[in-house]
Amino acid sequence: MTRIQVLLCSGTACQSSGSDKVKRALLEALGLHGLLEEVQIIETGCMGPCELGPVLLVYPEGTFYVRVRPEDAAEIVEEHFLKGRPVQRLLWTEGAPRPREIPFFARQVKLVLSNCGTIDPEKIDEYIAARGYEALGKAATGMTPGEVVAEVKRSGLRGRGGAGFPTGTKWELVRAGAGDPKYVICNADEGDPGAFMDRAILEGDPHSILEGMAIAAYAVGANHGYVYVRAEYPLAIQRLQTALAQARKLGFLGPGIFESDFSFDVEIRIGAGAFVCGEETALISSIEGRRGEPRPRPPYPATSGLWGKPTLINNVETYANVRHILLHGAEAFAAVGTEKSKGTKVFALAGKVQNTGLVEVPMGITLRELVFDIGGGVPAGREFKAVQIGGPSGGCLPASLLDVPVDYDSLSQHGAIMGSGGVIILDDAACMVNMARFFLEFTADESCGKCVPCRVGTQMMLRILDRIVAGDGSEDDLTRLTEIGVMMKKASLCGLGQTAANPVLSTLRYFPEEYRAHIRDHSCPAGVCPNLVRYEVLAEACRGCDACRRACPTGAAQGKAGNLPYRIVDELCIRCGACFDACPFDAVRKEPR
Amino acid sequence: MINLRIDDTPVQAEPGQTILVAARGVGIRIPTLCQVDALSPVGACRLCLVEIRNWNGRLVPACATPAQEGLDVVAHSEKLTILRRTILELLFAERNHICAFCVSSGHCELQDLATELGMDHVTFPYRFPFLPVDATHPKFGLDHNRCVLCGRCVRACSEVEGAYTWGFSGRGVATLVEADLGDPWGASKTCTACGKCVQACPVGALFEKGKATAEQVKRPEILAEVTERRPRV
Repeated sequence: MTRIQVLLCSGTACQSSGSDKVKRALLEALGLHGLLEEVQIIETGCMGPCELGPVLLVYPEGTFYVRVRPEDAAEIVEEHFLKGRPVQRLLWTEGAPRPREIPFFARQVKLVLSNCGTIDPEKIDEYIAARGYEALGKAATGMTPGEVVAEVKRSGLRGRGGAGFPTGTKWELVRAGAGDPKYVICNADEGDPGAFMDRAILEGDPHSILEGMAIAAYAVGANHGYVYVRAEYPLAIQRLQTALAQARKLGFLGPGIFESDFSFDVEIRIGAGAFVCGEETALISSIEGRRGEPRPRPPYPATSGLWGKPTLINNVETYANVRHILLHGAEAFAAVGTEKSKGTKVFALAGKVQNTGLVEVPMGITLRELVFDIGGGVPAGREFKAVQIGGPSGGCLPASLLDVPVDYDSLSQHGAIMGSGGVIILDDAACMVNMARFFLEFTADESCGKCVPCRVGTQMMLRILDRIVAGDGSEDDLTRLTEIGVMMKKASLCGLGQTAANPVLSTLRYFPEEYRAHIRDHSCPAGVCPNLVRYEVLAEACRGCDACRRACPTGAAQGKAGNLPYRIVDELCIRCGACFDACPFDAVRKEPR
Repeated sequence: MINLRIDDTPVQAEPGQTILVAARGVGIRIPTLCQVDALSPVGACRLCLVEIRNWNGRLVPACATPAQEGLDVVAHSEKLTILRRTILELLFAERNHICAFCVSSGHCELQDLATELGMDHVTFPYRFPFLPVDATHPKFGLDHNRCVLCGRCVRACSEVEGAYTWGFSGRGVATLVEADLGDPWGASKTCTACGKCVQACPVGALFEKGKATAEQVKRPEILAEVTERRPRV
């Protein structure tokens, strides 16, 4: 008889911080005390607070432990499991052991992630116990395909991949599309730096994707589906494969699902990791075995997609929403969110924020709530500066826009996009020009090279930004950046090129003074751009250890033990930062020039 | 028949016809570079972008967009000319297009487009990349410095000759046309030396050996001549 259940997060983040070792240590300690029959360890998907991993949740009372080391296992077993005293030092916040008492969890609404962190993703029984495949059964045995489409349409669900196209409308188009066979594709080629929600869903609840795809296939009249997932997600691929085999065995996939005449099966295609393959037509081209390059739309995949046939292509998170719509009804789904953006959205919080990780919130929540109430704000000692939302295709919003509601339309109105939901928080130590340059370098590198505006336009913008961060920019450069950016937006072939300039355009819009400081004053106010900083030794912190002098390749760092402080001669300095890295006392400071 | 308007002229198109072909039917010329008759359109060079008034002013490539009932197309405007000029400038700045040394000078589509669109100087800094020349083939040469990555050679080789010798390697600005899997052209086991790629190439990137400056005249129209004679399957 199991007395205690331990949910141990085994998402990629917790695995890399050692959840496997924690599991082994726990099992060993349990064995030592003869508790193996009484305490069950269940490996689950991502619970959210990735930076605090490995995390575990102990039921029945729901105690949430963070940063558990293998050496903590004995204490947890002896104190908590034997004596019933939770280990205080491993709690997230002292005196608040349960997740719902922790602000990070309390403000979230978990729909898509409801199974992530609560069930073992490798056991189909646990998924079924959580009403898994019930929605598929309901659709395949009690609803016509038209009714399923109508229900999804009424729910107001919009594509979670970024552009926010109404999902029901897309299904309707594919259903009406002329051609046979039709295909269903799940876009799991998540590539935005800082976004990992699709990975978490695939790893933590793979059956919800298969069920969503099967329902979609039933609705549009397809019998064959593909999941296109990147090779960089090995755990997601492995769990998906396990889930596929289990679902086939129990007859949720394959011929005659639920004894109806509906048949559907899914194949996994592993992508080589090109960012552009997240664009639907490039993804389709890659599945067909060709170079992953986009093609002009129209025709859209709904009319001419995979091998020229009508194809439904939706993102992972979109499919994960589907079963909830059928289970609880379109109205219940639409009750959450704003007028035009229904339901919830999963965000990946990253950067300078206390609680980095994965969160699910209702649409329409403000950025302030997302960053401060859930994310816990910027770590002490620094000020919030901006939030980059939507990855390399998104934009950078300043503190003055913190009260903007997070929904498709409000974000795009302010020059950002929902994107896949990557949220990178920047503090006052970040240089916005450098940040824009970073994202542009990414898109320039990931441009497939097919169309001229994106292929050459990104290079030209990058060249100007390189000049500005080096202190060699001119006022004309700002106009030029805007011109090229706007041209790329209008003229590029696919979403990659059309949005590549967004990080630059949005920082130009909200932080023009920072660009000007680089150009006019040859100064980087945040002290980030290497060419535009000056290194100084803080007299009271210098202990004369000689580390800076030894590290300096040009003899700019000078001084003698006994004759403090050391100093850095600016004329000799090549701004390599070796002294800064070498100083063990933080006495070398970067100052704007 | 489909009814649409191009530059305020009423135009009729067959179902499946592109905006580009429909425009030609009434004598409206839209600049193109990556498009050649008989090859599938790819919409890559973006020179044939036209504005669709009733699609919220969206720009679409005329070569790859099917004509649709009621479309209100702007094929020529000041804004479009500026855009096309910018794209040409980007192409000229991307690699090393030195007309004075080029076999195709005077018979070059890129050069002709610059003249047609009034692009008389390049406002972007030239990239001057360091690119190789492949002269290993006994009959032809490939100078990457002059390549505009339109992919006409790749499509001519696969769609018309069926040899699939040419393909792209790399991505972004580092994309290169390459034979087989990166072999020197002369070592290619699939190349039939038919020369269709050379005739398809709009610039001097692919050329016949023995041609000096301005001597290389291309005949991309042979692709359509060849395919039109083939029996339809």
